[in-house]
Amino acid sequence: MHVIESGIGELIQPPDLDAFREWNREKKSRALVDKVMTDAEAVSRFVYDGCYIGTELYGTVRCPMTLVREVVRQNKKDLRVAGQGVTELDLWFAARLVKKLDITYIGLEVYGTSNALRREVESGRVESVVEWSNGGITWRFKAAAMGVPFIPVRAMLGSDTFKYSSAKVVECPFTGQKICLLPALILDVGLIHVHRADKYGNAQVEGISGFAFEMSRACKRLVVSAEEIVDTEEIRRYPDRTIIPYYLVDAVVHAPYGSHPGEMVYCYARDEEYLREWVETSKTEEGTQVYLDKYIYNLANHQEYLDLVGQERLEMLRADEEGRR
Amino acid sequence: MSELEYNPTELLICIAARQMPDSVTAFIGTGIPMLAASLAQKMHTPNLIPIFEFGGTGARLERLPRAVGESRTFYRGVAASGICDIMETAARGFIDFGFLGGAQIDPYGNLNSTIIGPRHHPPKVRLPGSGGGNDVGSLCWHTIIIMRHDTRRFVPRVDFITTPGYLTGPGAREAAGLPPNTGPYRVVSTLALLDFDEETKRMRLVSTNPGVTVEQVIENTGFELIVPDQVGQNEPPTAEELRLLRDEVDPERFYI
Repeated sequence: MHVIESGIGELIQPPDLDAFREWNREKKSRALVDKVMTDAEAVSRFVYDGCYIGTELYGTVRCPMTLVREVVRQNKKDLRVAGQGVTELDLWFAARLVKKLDITYIGLEVYGTSNALRREVESGRVESVVEWSNGGITWRFKAAAMGVPFIPVRAMLGSDTFKYSSAKVVECPFTGQKICLLPALILDVGLIHVHRADKYGNAQVEGISGFAFEMSRACKRLVVSAEEIVDTEEIRRYPDRTIIPYYLVDAVVHAPYGSHPGEMVYCYARDEEYLREWVETSKTEEGTQVYLDKYIYNLANHQEYLDLVGQERLEMLRADEEGRR
Repeated sequence: MSELEYNPTELLICIAARQMPDSVTAFIGTGIPMLAASLAQKMHTPNLIPIFEFGGTGARLERLPRAVGESRTFYRGVAASGICDIMETAARGFIDFGFLGGAQIDPYGNLNSTIIGPRHHPPKVRLPGSGGGNDVGSLCWHTIIIMRHDTRRFVPRVDFITTPGYLTGPGAREAAGLPPNTGPYRVVSTLALLDFDEETKRMRLVSTNPGVTVEQVIENTGFELIVPDQVGQNEPPTAEELRLLRDEVDPERFYI
């Protein structure tokens, strides 16, 4: 196949499909074992300095905030990150944990650009920044999920987004047309927050599935946090709702309101006031530090975070969710 | 604010909404496109199918989404799938319109939302990045770009082509391997409505906003704009548009 053009961005996590197969053979048990553990234990066991890590979903929606805060609390450094996130990734930039970045979009949506991202990237503290589109990075997960080294797509062509990626343009061997090849992206660790899971890790989400399906299949280690831990019989009653089967999962963390200040569809609404607090405080380095102390470093775990937010407020967010009304 | 006074954001939303025909699919991003789609649904396109990149399809935009993944993006919708399904739907040619924005636009409708300055890394200013923008600009049939209009934003060359417009001119998209017959369709700016000349693929003035002169548009554009002999005038928001926008589309005044 003739390579016409190569993106000049670093291939931060080169795919090794055979190693991935061996990993899945050796390291991922098919046994139904209880994987429920605390956020502290899950992060300490499966997230490590220098690992390549990704989160799902996006913006303020179904973000694995409990796990993300724990990564900050344990100061896991030199992270290489699949950057398709907003609220959660901001905290890692704020805590200066990110070394390399495959970026699609990191910003505060309606509230504008991310000051935490800007400080880390413009200072050069993030050493490598490689560009992709949202479709692009998700298709990279899909390639890994398919067990193939790359996936051909018709996006990113002709742009600087391509030029500063590590994709390649080739002549299609079937049509002769130019096509963009995206390298498979296999994560060392993935973090996903779901509506419900059983103790083995069978996990179900409500509403849009974002890229949970693709990313969960592209991880060497997968930590799932769940609003609710349910009996396996509940899962077996509706197996069609299971988006992540247990054998993909390494840890199950019970995290009610685990997306706060983001939302969880049909459970609770997003917390505008808390989101605005981050938008405001993250404008300065000092404010950022105050925020991290208040909501992460000074707290031992997720329960203390929930206590700080307060039951009354959480109930209010639950009442605010419009869901199926 | 009396009934027929309006702010620039309200005008942008109304003009963007008027570009939408009925019974089409439209890829909607955060902000003004959400309001425009919602207003269009209430005014003249009850069967407009909004599509949101993380999986929401066909929502009734009775309540305004504040993010492209949130529950209102599939509130009473017809489907809630995921990002691959949506982007692949666009790749198969099912998405008619896509809304885009950016920090910079050039005469060919190329858009920058990645960095400001000559160097990619470390950059002078880091912006959020492509997000779904590049996919929308590559794969939807028509894109409608919504921009504030000044010489800092309408530039001869964007610092970074995040999302392809017509690239370097006629035939360039196809030569790059992008699907044929796609590309920027309209630019809705704070000063005017613009489109792209069929021959040269360069930006052309269509009509100016109320109270704006052709000279003002030219002065605020950092490149040579095609100005036809006949330039139209955009109608100001109607009382009905403003009522719907303020009372039904965004009663919490989240955006307007």
